[in-house]
Amino acid sequence: MMYTVAAIAILITLALALARALLGPTVYDRIAAVNMFGTKTVLLIAVFAFMSGRTDLLDIALVYALINFIGVVAVLKLVEHGNFYTEGKTADEVNEE
Amino acid sequence: MTLEILSWVCLVAGSLLGIIGGIGMHRFPDFYTRLHAAGTTDTLCAFLFLLGLGFQAGLTLASFKLFLIFAFIFFTSPTASHSLANAAVIGGIKPQLGSGKD
Repeated sequence: MMYTVAAIAILITLALALARALLGPTVYDRIAAVNMFGTKTVLLIAVFAFMSGRTDLLDIALVYALINFIGVVAVLKLVEHGNFYTEGKTADEVNEE
Repeated sequence: MTLEILSWVCLVAGSLLGIIGGIGMHRFPDFYTRLHAAGTTDTLCAFLFLLGLGFQAGLTLASFKLFLIFAFIFFTSPTASHSLANAAVIGGIKPQLGSGKD
């Protein structure tokens, strides 16, 4: 019962974050929404692990937390610089060289 | 019984915080206010959820894993929010000042 309530609340939050990710006028809105979506997904996996009684699933939640952070930072770096290999230069500076 | 009540309180409080963050993410007018709503509620929401689950797990390997997840989210969630705001400033997003009806 308690896990069902928590899971439904997380699902509502996921729907709101997904709406922002689809509507978001700028790319940063979308990344912020995806970041929130990822954090809530970790919590949903943890709640589901207890709901189904298989606490091994917590390992998956832990790995998902790691992947979520690295993914968000990688996408941010890509948006900021235009590519991954420019050592802090912007895309325009690289194109001028 | 006491642990059940503590779990209920933690999970319901975490759920409310999560939904408040989601509503803020959906309804606030510009990027920085949305990031504020998401970034400030995220960490405490995760803490309350994992604490509520930890009361159910007791002192086992599962509660240690819950602690690991919490320790990781505790450091990465503010870091991600900071780098998002930093990237938006560098990317030239201006905060909306005043009522927004000019």
